[in-house]
Amino acid sequence: MDARREIEPTPKNRTTVERKSERELVVTRTFNGPARLVFEAWARPELFKQWWVPKSCGLSLLSCEMDVRVGGKYRLVFSHPAAPEPMAFFGSYLEVTPHSRLVWTNEEAGDTGQVTTVTFEERGGKTLLVMHDLYPSKEALDGAIASGSTGGMGETFEQLDELLAALGTSVGGS
Amino acid sequence: MCHILNHMVQSHRTGFDASFAALSDATRRGVLEQLGRADASITDLAGKFRMTLTGMKKHVGVLEQAGLVATEKVGRVRTCKLGLRRLEEEAAWIESYRQLWDARFDELDKVVGKLTRKEKVDGRKKRD
Repeated sequence: MDARREIEPTPKNRTTVERKSERELVVTRTFNGPARLVFEAWARPELFKQWWVPKSCGLSLLSCEMDVRVGGKYRLVFSHPAAPEPMAFFGSYLEVTPHSRLVWTNEEAGDTGQVTTVTFEERGGKTLLVMHDLYPSKEALDGAIASGSTGGMGETFEQLDELLAALGTSVGGS
Repeated sequence: MCHILNHMVQSHRTGFDASFAALSDATRRGVLEQLGRADASITDLAGKFRMTLTGMKKHVGVLEQAGLVATEKVGRVRTCKLGLRRLEEEAAWIESYRQLWDARFDELDKVVGKLTRKEKVDGRKKRD
């Protein structure tokens, strides 16, 4: 990475995630720009495509269709080297309030999918973004967490094993 | 960072071998998934996995030893639920979810930055 840049680096804003209740997950982040522009980056597919799939996670976005209006549908299709089939995420928009609020459903998991509400609140030229996922039941959110962690559990423990071995070595060697 | 590592080492070193052994069995992984959806009695679990009560008791015992499952006897029924170690796993999932969104938002920062700069340039052009 180029350490010296012409533009002074601004301190990075923090992303927080909290399980607010048995059925709710909340993500927050502040952006250094007006709500109008942050909202546009969520509501216009050509902008959305530029950030939704971070390069670090190995996914590629095959297609992205978004009809951002109340009742409109969206469909995102990804591929991953480890997945035999492309994965689709889809649903429809329940609320679209320009520059302040977006609400959509997540229907790829059937009736256990969450409803996502994103709010954009401008404060002195910056925007506080709050993404709120409401699951239909405690079991649905527990299930989402379990399916995300159980699959990788063996791998996680293997990594932990390596970490412990490395720590043991470094402690022993010093 | 060191603090996190120390905590991980202390909390996992003792339980690590037991956990690994507990997770090496497909039935036991299935039981954990099942308990992730809802608490269940040993009888329920034995039925779901088509096993004898004694067989399921053994599996649950291994999971309990590893801290992956906690059981509680009320009357004649022993109810099983996820243990403390699984709660740590929820925290780990939340952290990996946070990292995903953090990476996304770093990219979104760039998009917002581009839009902001473009607007400033366009604004200047309009005034000129």
